[in-house]
Amino acid sequence: MSFDLEKIRRDFPILSTQMNGKPLVFLDSAASSQKPKSVIDTIRKYYEAENANIHRGIYYLSQKATEKYEMARIKTSRFIGAACAKVVIFTRNTTESINLVAQSWGRTNIHEGDEIVLTELEHHSNLVPWQMLAQEKQAVLKFIPLNQDSTLDLSNLDEIITERVKLVALAQMSNVTGTIHDLTPIIRRAREVGAKVLIDGAQGICHLPTNVQKEDFDFYAFSAHKMLGPTGVGVLYAKEEILETMPPWMGGGDMISKVWKEKSTYADLPARLEAGTPNISGVIGFGAAIEYLESIGMQEIRNHELELLQYALDRLEDFGGLELYGTNDLSKRGGVISFNFPGVHPHDVGSILDEEGIAIRVGHHCAQPFMDFKGIAGTCRASFYLYNTKEDVDSLLVGLKKVKEIFGRVLKR
Amino acid sequence: MSLSDSLYQEVLLDHYQNPRHHGKMEHFDLHQEGVNPLCGDEVELFLKLKGDIISEISFVGKGCSISQASASMLTDSLYGKTISEAKSLLLEFKGMLLEDKVPNFPEEYEDLESMEAVKKIPARIKCATLAWNTLEKAIGK
Repeated sequence: MSFDLEKIRRDFPILSTQMNGKPLVFLDSAASSQKPKSVIDTIRKYYEAENANIHRGIYYLSQKATEKYEMARIKTSRFIGAACAKVVIFTRNTTESINLVAQSWGRTNIHEGDEIVLTELEHHSNLVPWQMLAQEKQAVLKFIPLNQDSTLDLSNLDEIITERVKLVALAQMSNVTGTIHDLTPIIRRAREVGAKVLIDGAQGICHLPTNVQKEDFDFYAFSAHKMLGPTGVGVLYAKEEILETMPPWMGGGDMISKVWKEKSTYADLPARLEAGTPNISGVIGFGAAIEYLESIGMQEIRNHELELLQYALDRLEDFGGLELYGTNDLSKRGGVISFNFPGVHPHDVGSILDEEGIAIRVGHHCAQPFMDFKGIAGTCRASFYLYNTKEDVDSLLVGLKKVKEIFGRVLKR
Repeated sequence: MSLSDSLYQEVLLDHYQNPRHHGKMEHFDLHQEGVNPLCGDEVELFLKLKGDIISEISFVGKGCSISQASASMLTDSLYGKTISEAKSLLLEFKGMLLEDKVPNFPEEYEDLESMEAVKKIPARIKCATLAWNTLEKAIGK
């Protein structure tokens, strides 16, 4: 199927709304993507005609809901190239998926003196859970450093990933700079020392064709809401042999096999790691989101974003005076641009753009160690998805011109 | 005049660019740090008292123009005033932003009125009130 941008835009109702009396220019998909009508309709249909709890009822509606929920699990496993559906665990979000690994696998396998390797570009979701675990277990956190262009400095990889390392956890793509990390040498080194690899795919899965088996991830965590799906649905993939050894982390309904007054036995995968009534409508809606992405094609989406990224980087360079972060090697970069307007705080830029109907993200983007590394308070971040256009980039530039005018009054002095 | 024009008026940008009473104080009677963790804005207030009168006041901080200009206006307004005057000004300022009250500042505080535009941008109200919340903690001690 060809990439029909106008048709795609018509599929997203919010894109034809107005913001502060101006057409909405949405450049914050790295925070949460917009939703196509098919996802919205699927959720509506579930509540209007199919609503029931799953895995319990013996009546028609419950059977139907269960079937749709489990079908979404199958779609998810296919989408990421997993071997089977039972290695897909539904959580609330990427953060919960990573905490699940830390609390279940981590507490069992990380001991005093063990090392966990992260990078200096991690989202707080892939940092704080490991800080908590390391504190509890007296384990050690180590960081792969960054080059100035925000790519990873892998020159000392063998000294960082040593025999004491039990886990290497890093993002597939940075939410701040869009850097797509070179995972191959890191995974190869992790295998040499017998460490497991967790990939935070929150930004990766929505933009890049991904196959968890081919790429040999041990754990892969991501969220539905950044890939056209609803909020409140996350995924944890792990290799089956690893998942089989992971003890439950939350107790309650659905994760049990048999319960006595004093003890319980636990269900098989995936139920063992999914306690309580899940986000049924959300998971079913997520199934529709995957279908939508597949109907466009992940490689097509990647190509479109690369085109936008190149166009935007060129125009921002031409604008002059902006500080841009991230690599210029587009093979190592997704559709995210972080920049600063010297002398103007990112929040002020955000407010002025908002008035023009332009939504960007400003601040530290939950990556404070990176801000410390750069010695900045935060950045302005414009992020693209399949529905963005070159006109969106042009609007951003018009907005930035307005920022320049307003702050120019004092900056000139 | 557009919203951002009315917000980013000369007076606000001037306080941002040329903050009044800026700097740390060596010997102080009251000191308080304030932070908005989600956006990272920081303000640190220092006050020296002579009886009930604020004889010296200063601030340091980092953050957006609104948070820093608001801190500058605060110090400028309170220099030489009494603690009870500070308290009533605090109520007036927060009332303007948080309770939609029409500000009724005496003429000497007219700079503060320029902050009224912030209430049309809810996301920025916490920037404008940071210094004032910090003051509230400082004098509440």
